[in-house]
Amino acid sequence: MMDYVWCFLVGGGLCVIAQILIDKTALTPARILTSYVVAGVFLGAVGLYSPLVELAGCGATTPLTGFGYLIAKGVRRAVNERGLLGALSGGLTASSAGIAAALCFGLLCALIFRGKPKN
Amino acid sequence: MAHTIWRPAHPVYIADAATVVGHEEHAGPLGAFFDLHDPKKDDFGMDTWEKAESEMQRLAVNTLLGRASLNAADIRAIFAGDLLNQCTGSGYGLLSFDAPFFGLYGACSTAAEGLALAAQLCGAYGGPYVTVSSSHFCSAERQFRYPMEYGGQRPPTAQWTVTGAAAFLVTDRTESPAPRIAEILPGITVDRGITDANNMGAAMAPAALDTLLRYFRESGRKPDSFDMILTGDLGAEGSAILRDFAAAAGCDISGVQQDCGMLIYDAQTSDKHSGGSGCGCSGVTLGGFILDRMRRGVISDILFIGTGALLSPMSVQQGQSIPGIGHLLRITTREDTAQ
Amino acid sequence: MNTDSEQYKKYAAKRAKKSPLALDCLRAFLVGGAICTGAEALHTLYENQGMSEENSAALVSVTLIFLTALLTGLGIFDRIAKFAGAGTLVPITGFANAVTAPAIDTKGEGFVMGVGTKIFSIAGPVILYGTAAGALYGVIYWISITVF
Repeated sequence: MMDYVWCFLVGGGLCVIAQILIDKTALTPARILTSYVVAGVFLGAVGLYSPLVELAGCGATTPLTGFGYLIAKGVRRAVNERGLLGALSGGLTASSAGIAAALCFGLLCALIFRGKPKN
Repeated sequence: MAHTIWRPAHPVYIADAATVVGHEEHAGPLGAFFDLHDPKKDDFGMDTWEKAESEMQRLAVNTLLGRASLNAADIRAIFAGDLLNQCTGSGYGLLSFDAPFFGLYGACSTAAEGLALAAQLCGAYGGPYVTVSSSHFCSAERQFRYPMEYGGQRPPTAQWTVTGAAAFLVTDRTESPAPRIAEILPGITVDRGITDANNMGAAMAPAALDTLLRYFRESGRKPDSFDMILTGDLGAEGSAILRDFAAAAGCDISGVQQDCGMLIYDAQTSDKHSGGSGCGCSGVTLGGFILDRMRRGVISDILFIGTGALLSPMSVQQGQSIPGIGHLLRITTREDTAQ
Repeated sequence: MNTDSEQYKKYAAKRAKKSPLALDCLRAFLVGGAICTGAEALHTLYENQGMSEENSAALVSVTLIFLTALLTGLGIFDRIAKFAGAGTLVPITGFANAVTAPAIDTKGEGFVMGVGTKIFSIAGPVILYGTAAGALYGVIYWISITVF
């Protein structure tokens, strides 16, 4: 049960930080997403993010920082296995399922749906 | 001093106006004053938003000409503008009319810009002219902001692009009484350094102020001699700035200033933040609501300042500040003319 | 003129009505937390089906991306996002919406130059800088294990 509590707190907390950035600075959502991914890579690289994943599970992996963490983890593993080439192959390999899913479902939606006006 | 008030050489009338709006504008406080609307999807039967915007222009001009029993061949020229790249909303929308065409870009001030040019020409050489301007929420979002289905929040100072097109018939003679365009003061671009595209009211207010103060200085009139000073789309934010600065310059307009962007949506229920904007905003509000008030004699003498923010998505990305403009028209049904 | 502009900019920024920060944060916290907790529940569910930890985690992402794409296509996601703000932006849902929304929106410009290029218009930077940061880290990491 405590797993879920930490998951909620950490996941929600990461969202709140972004919300403060949106409301208080002129950062656009695209910049927030980009900063979160890069921050995740950095935190994953210096070893600060895995304790958070241990603690919060999907609360840390679902936010986009988790996407960055996944890239850092993949790069480290690939470098260990393949040497320097792994620096190029590791990131996209680790994040490939997510990126491919987003692109394929996006394309599928483009085939099926039409834009609607907002209210 | 070349930047003086233009007074058309002969009386110039806004003989009629036709308005076409989207479903939200129809549901708003002015809904009953518009001629045509799309009941639900705002696509006007088209498969892209850009074509929908063109169709609105076509419908507006068609309605206008039909009611006046005029053919396109009777029109000296059409002045038209919209917010899309290269003014394609107008170019395509008016293809079917066999009349000389001038494309304008004045951002949200286009309705006033078209009326100013048409009125001056009409006063000098006779009419009739047609002016039309349009904006569509969906095509403007695509061009200036995000894709339609993209989820995001807007800050409270952001404005909402009106889905609407308004066409005006500018003539030198009229059978039934019609409001006259008695005076025109063209706007000068003013850039006070605002870079936030979500606060266009603040970017445009200094331009509106500049035109307004020049008008009062030259004409010698006072704000309270008008029934209304109608700004185009300053929204709540820009209107408050304009009032403050005007008062500071010794010209209190707080009793008479209204803004099309604030009239067109219900501020309490419609969640449009600072109010409406876009070429359609001031056009449909003036053409639908205000001209009706004037014809009924509720108001008889107004200053209309079409405001525009002259930005592009690229200029914003490159960090350039946003110049504003405000074209002023004095529209009146009173007999007293020039001073 | 420049000091004048600076003053006016400050004045406009100061008087501009602010977003309701506390309320926005509360909504972001609740929705973001709920999405993550839902993801955790899915994760447990998939693991209980005998899936490996890694596959289960990947499938959770794929599930969230699928649901977001579907809600985006139905025109529902942007309404949730308007309420939730960063609560739907920061989880993988924000990335999925950033891919799907331009894809649907640019059909009119064709499937190559429209959908094909614009699908990356918002999410492209995320992929680019994530990959670039990862590669940079890889090089540094390789040097550190090779040299030391």
